[in-house]
Amino acid sequence: MVLSQADIDRALTRIAHEILESNKGSQDLVLLGIPRRGYPLAVRLAAKIAAADPTVDPAAIVGQLDVTMFRDDLSHQAMRPPYPTQLPRTGIDNKVVVLIDDVLYSGRTIRAALDAIIDLGRPRIVRLAVLIDRGHRELPIRADHVGKNLPTSSAEKVRVRLAETDAVDGVPVNEVVIEATA
Amino acid sequence: MASQQQDAGTGAYLIRGAAILGGAPEDLLIRDGIIAERGQNLSADGATVIEAAGLVALPGMVDIHTHLREPGREDAETVETGTRAAALGGYTAVHAMANSTPVADTAGVVEQVLTLGRTAGWVDVRPVGAVTVGLAGEQLAELGAMADSRAHVRVFSDDGICVHDPVLMRRALEYVKAFDGVVAQHAQEPRLTAGAQMNEGEVSAVLGLTGWPAVAEESIIARDVLLAQHVGSRLHVCHVSTAGSVEIIRWAKSRGVNVTAEVTPHHLWLTDELARSYDPVYKVNPPLRTDADVQALRAALADGTIDVVGTDHAPHPSEHKECEWAQAAMGMTGLETALSVVQHTMIETGLMGWADFARVTSTAPAAIGRLEDQGRPLDAGEPANVTLVDPAARWTVDPSKMATMGRNSPFAGRELPGKVVATFFKGHPTVLYGKLNTPYRWLPEAPDPARNTGTAAAGRN
Amino acid sequence: MRHLLSTEDLSLSNAVRILDTAEEMAAVGEREVKKLPTLRGRTVVNLFFEDSTRTRISFEAAAKRLSADVINFAAKGSSVSKGESLKDTAQTLSAMGADAVVIRHWASGAPHRLAATDWIDAAVINAGDGTHEHPTQALLDAFTMRRHWSRLAGTPSAGADLTGMRVAIAGDVLHSRVARSNVWLLRTLGAEVTLVAPPTLLPIGVEKWPCTVSYDLDETLAKGVDAMMMLRVQGERMNASFFPTTREYSRRWGFDDNRLRALDGLGLKDTIIMHPGPMNRGLEISSAAADSPRSTVLAQVRNGVSIRMAALYLLLSGDTREPAGHADNTRFHTAENTSAHAPKESH
Repeated sequence: MVLSQADIDRALTRIAHEILESNKGSQDLVLLGIPRRGYPLAVRLAAKIAAADPTVDPAAIVGQLDVTMFRDDLSHQAMRPPYPTQLPRTGIDNKVVVLIDDVLYSGRTIRAALDAIIDLGRPRIVRLAVLIDRGHRELPIRADHVGKNLPTSSAEKVRVRLAETDAVDGVPVNEVVIEATA
Repeated sequence: MASQQQDAGTGAYLIRGAAILGGAPEDLLIRDGIIAERGQNLSADGATVIEAAGLVALPGMVDIHTHLREPGREDAETVETGTRAAALGGYTAVHAMANSTPVADTAGVVEQVLTLGRTAGWVDVRPVGAVTVGLAGEQLAELGAMADSRAHVRVFSDDGICVHDPVLMRRALEYVKAFDGVVAQHAQEPRLTAGAQMNEGEVSAVLGLTGWPAVAEESIIARDVLLAQHVGSRLHVCHVSTAGSVEIIRWAKSRGVNVTAEVTPHHLWLTDELARSYDPVYKVNPPLRTDADVQALRAALADGTIDVVGTDHAPHPSEHKECEWAQAAMGMTGLETALSVVQHTMIETGLMGWADFARVTSTAPAAIGRLEDQGRPLDAGEPANVTLVDPAARWTVDPSKMATMGRNSPFAGRELPGKVVATFFKGHPTVLYGKLNTPYRWLPEAPDPARNTGTAAAGRN
Repeated sequence: MRHLLSTEDLSLSNAVRILDTAEEMAAVGEREVKKLPTLRGRTVVNLFFEDSTRTRISFEAAAKRLSADVINFAAKGSSVSKGESLKDTAQTLSAMGADAVVIRHWASGAPHRLAATDWIDAAVINAGDGTHEHPTQALLDAFTMRRHWSRLAGTPSAGADLTGMRVAIAGDVLHSRVARSNVWLLRTLGAEVTLVAPPTLLPIGVEKWPCTVSYDLDETLAKGVDAMMMLRVQGERMNASFFPTTREYSRRWGFDDNRLRALDGLGLKDTIIMHPGPMNRGLEISSAAADSPRSTVLAQVRNGVSIRMAALYLLLSGDTREPAGHADNTRFHTAENTSAHAPKESH
């Protein structure tokens, strides 16, 4: 285990404060989580931001951004419906959009997310927050806020298990582990 | 011909220890076109010995229903390729259907087919004459001229098309009585089968293919047996495909109607479920029916209600099958699989023995076609038309390896029992050790070969 | 799912997956930018052996919204005038690099032939074959019904089926690929289907179908119907003695103004009226019925694009050479970040 429940919570608290700090407050903030695990992380971050700034309605600043249809690896995708894209009521035009994902790896998901955002509106700024940065970037993309930098081999898997998405009896959740692949 | 040197010498063969019609092992000595001797421990006396322990000796098979396509559709089959296939399938005689181009509706065409058959020399090719001019169903063809021709036609059929006009059918049945002919009817009511693609039933409903209802066959058979009874003539029903048809024929026979009936190997096995693949290799006319029909046909063949197995061998060029179902030609090849399919469906199921097999594939079809030297007992003095079968053999059907030009076998890829080891036609092995040997060579024609076909002296190896 | 040939062999999970995907595609249709880059560089061929402008433009719009290149190929080759063979056409398209072939054909089973042979190695979508099936029509019908059914229940459409919904389909079932595809799909989704037709326009064997069969439209309506689907009736069927006159047909089996009024009398305030189009107004459906608020005719057209986008996307995504079971197991996005099997998989 590389991150425990307490580690994840501390990392998110820190990221929430970093976001507020770099934005000089909660003005125009929109958190867009990338399915599946980026979205619950965005919800958790919004709650932490609201805890730090009581003027914020956490539900009003969180959205979900599906990037399935913008990926460059169609033939490697599992055949499944895309997740819904749901934007906050205020939309994203002229907002400061923070993309949230669980693991940053090659950067291709974020590339797809940037394309998806552009089709939806014109944010003033787009930033990126991730729980884990495991390296091995294939595109010139970096995160603005990182929970933990995790050096890995590309033969390893990084598993993020969240209560919201991975609740299966007997399997511990809210932790990050590294597994070797076959 | 160089190849004929293979059987130079006496031209005599001793088949040693074959089960005659599946019975006790005996020897058969074949010499001068006839079975010279039958018995135990016969002396070879210079004859080529064929060790036949475990093999079954049968009278050469006679197909009452073959499409050889020549003249006209030599891209589909020729008399040469079709009769090679026949010999390999264990046949010594085939009836060549009349739907060639031109149609075999004159003495000239049937004599041409006869000549092509004799030139090929693999089996006895007996031309079938068309009932109506051009198969058009409007005017009787010159049935008498074809009967009197060198081809000595006795079977008349518009096969592929039904003689649906009741008056015309009545006249044809009456007329052929003059020369002991028989009308072989393709029973298909045309209005009930306009655009028909497959058996009408549960499967056609799902597949959205136009149905070919059983009643379209049964109503014609019912009419025809009544007509045959009324005029006192001989009727043969081609490719019976439904349980209802069997019932009608059984009823007609019980009333003494002079009717014979035929079933194809594919209707003894395959069902319309195969159409679900939309693969036109399963498209045939009459169509594959249901399992209940298959079981009724098997029972009818076993109890004699259906008299003969006819292949309805119908080769088609691949482009007529590599297309949409509705565009595809109807028909399946059958000469090289018939024996195996009948063994599988009738003998291995315990419904029939080899003696019954001989009846339905040789004796009865020869009788319907009035072939005097075919379908005879395997006894001393009889013409040596003999098929040797290895019933224990198993083989997988590969249409690309067949002698027929048609690749449209519905049995492709299936493992079948039974293999033809040798076929003797007029005492000459056209097939030997499972391979084509050499054709029989007819002597220059005698003035009236039809009268001489029963004698071995008409030909020499 | 390698091809979409029929609804008869479409599993519940695949059917719901297509409907759910179509929901997301419909959401895209409501955005300012209606185009997605998903199928950039892919080629979709509309191979039409039978004229159908509606179906063709629906598929064309779907493919273009997903950024695919679209080639329209109107192949002349009716049963009467034989043109280039299906095999040659397919091999030609294969040589041109078609990734998906949307085929409309007058011959039942033609799409199955394309999918079963080695003539072409592309995803095959059946856009209507003979009197066999028209799966995307049934899917768009089910999509329309599911939205209605979910709205009545106050639950989200996504993931839902049609359990308990009563659907009547009236008209020329015998010649209708729409009816066949709907019967199989609606059964899979849990709806209760009643076919209503003159006995002459029902296939022999219909009694084995998973539905109820009735000759009486009024009786069927009186028993309660949540969706009433009218099938197009070809006037020329009259000449083939399927029914005596169009007037008699329309009186007994058409959805006319009397039957429209009867819905209110029967307390069926939420019953929708569906038609796959094109309609014969005054024959199988009256203008008042077609234009009433109950009518979903235009919603069906709109939903058609979403369904076809979903079908194209699902057939062209994933490693389609994997068995369907594999796709089922991996339908949920998992968090592993591996490059072992999918080098581009990333977060």
